[in-house]
Amino acid sequence: MEPPARYRDIVDDFEAFRAACERPLPSAVRVNTIKSDVERVRRAWDDAGIAYEPVGWHDGLFVLPDSSPGANWPYFHGWIHGQEEVSAVPAAVLSPQPGERVWDACAAPGSKATQLAALMDDCGAVVATDNNLGRISALRTNTERLGATSIAVTHEDARNHSLKPFGGEAYDRALVDVPCSCEGTIRKNPDAFEEWSRSHVRGISGVQKDILERAVQATKPGGTVVYSTCTFAPEENEAVLDYVLSREACELVEFDLSLSSREGVTEWRDDEYDPSVTLAKRIYPQFNDTGGFFCAKLEVGE
Amino acid sequence: MSNDSTKFTRLPETAAERAQGEQATSGDDRRATREEVLDFWEERFGVPPETFENHTFWERGKGKLWCYRGDPPSPVDVEGLGMTFLRTRQEHWKPTLEAVQRFGAHATKNVIHLPEGEAEAFVAGHDQELDWDGDWGYLVVTHDVAGAPEPVGIGLYVYGELRSQVPKGRRRDI
Repeated sequence: MEPPARYRDIVDDFEAFRAACERPLPSAVRVNTIKSDVERVRRAWDDAGIAYEPVGWHDGLFVLPDSSPGANWPYFHGWIHGQEEVSAVPAAVLSPQPGERVWDACAAPGSKATQLAALMDDCGAVVATDNNLGRISALRTNTERLGATSIAVTHEDARNHSLKPFGGEAYDRALVDVPCSCEGTIRKNPDAFEEWSRSHVRGISGVQKDILERAVQATKPGGTVVYSTCTFAPEENEAVLDYVLSREACELVEFDLSLSSREGVTEWRDDEYDPSVTLAKRIYPQFNDTGGFFCAKLEVGE
Repeated sequence: MSNDSTKFTRLPETAAERAQGEQATSGDDRRATREEVLDFWEERFGVPPETFENHTFWERGKGKLWCYRGDPPSPVDVEGLGMTFLRTRQEHWKPTLEAVQRFGAHATKNVIHLPEGEAEAFVAGHDQELDWDGDWGYLVVTHDVAGAPEPVGIGLYVYGELRSQVPKGRRRDI
């Protein structure tokens, strides 16, 4: 069975879910605090007659109901970055502090890496890794436009990430926003369900497990790893957490998020997962009028 | 997945340090020092050297300098280290648009402030005949946004004309 129908049993109000998946999503932007602040951006939009609506859960995110984010002064100055609301969740949950060392394992095109750098006041180290040179080019462009000087970009497979270029020190935190089947982007990409295949989900799930495992290994004891996807498939979410929990010294921890969500599922078809996966959050499109998303926070053990 | 062309080498602090580590070259075709970079920003634009006290400068390829908020062991073999910042190893050093947007608010000289129409034309990539009493060469271009001046990018002023240096991929019709 294919999405959305395959999720009938795990989504509370399936008809609302299906209807929400069919509604297009308006543009959203994040204010880049490396180069500006919310008040200046609002004033620039007011001066230019650009309509904007704050979102409830995050001070620096706005929906632009009538405009594309690209052709106005705040964009040109790198004061704003087009970024969907749910895409801003994992960096906010990771909550890096100035001066820390942070790894973004699948960083292109850089929305989250630049958000991490902004949360750290562009002070510390964000190592932004991607395995695709074309996408790294977009990552580099965004890094520069947003004025982030604390981001280093590496071209490698995250599964084999090397700590060597920066002296071998482990990270304080890692963001693992993996490539996925992207079901949750259906409101932006109407082909997302048609392009879905069970074999793709199976294949990518293996990659996701290995990337998350590498991130846990590369993070200091007591450090934090956030795992996220934009898909509903338990194979790519809870199953990945379950795999890494069984192999590495780490545990899932609670986190606050003022977006409506449901807890992670402990059963899917014939599989059962570690009971702690309920600490992960599933964000469905009908809850907050956003895209779909999955997010979990892990603490690394000794 | 990398080769030598992706290696970043940290700039020597001073000419004396450069002389120890490298074969003698002269003129425009030699590695810049940190001291020379700080002097350039201060002498040309009045940007105080303290502006960069938390940043290190790196070269990748000939003359392309990067500015990074960190201090890894040199050389570093990665795809990017902070932002591209300054083009050296040529007669007139040229700051990047991104460096000017990030640090140009500290500039106090060789700054040309444009009214809205001219600022929009500059960003669209157009050259414009404008009056300018100061030095020829690279200028920090500013305009007013949200009620205060803000650096837009780098322009080249020669022969009564401000030539937009906004890279093609960065041009916009605002």
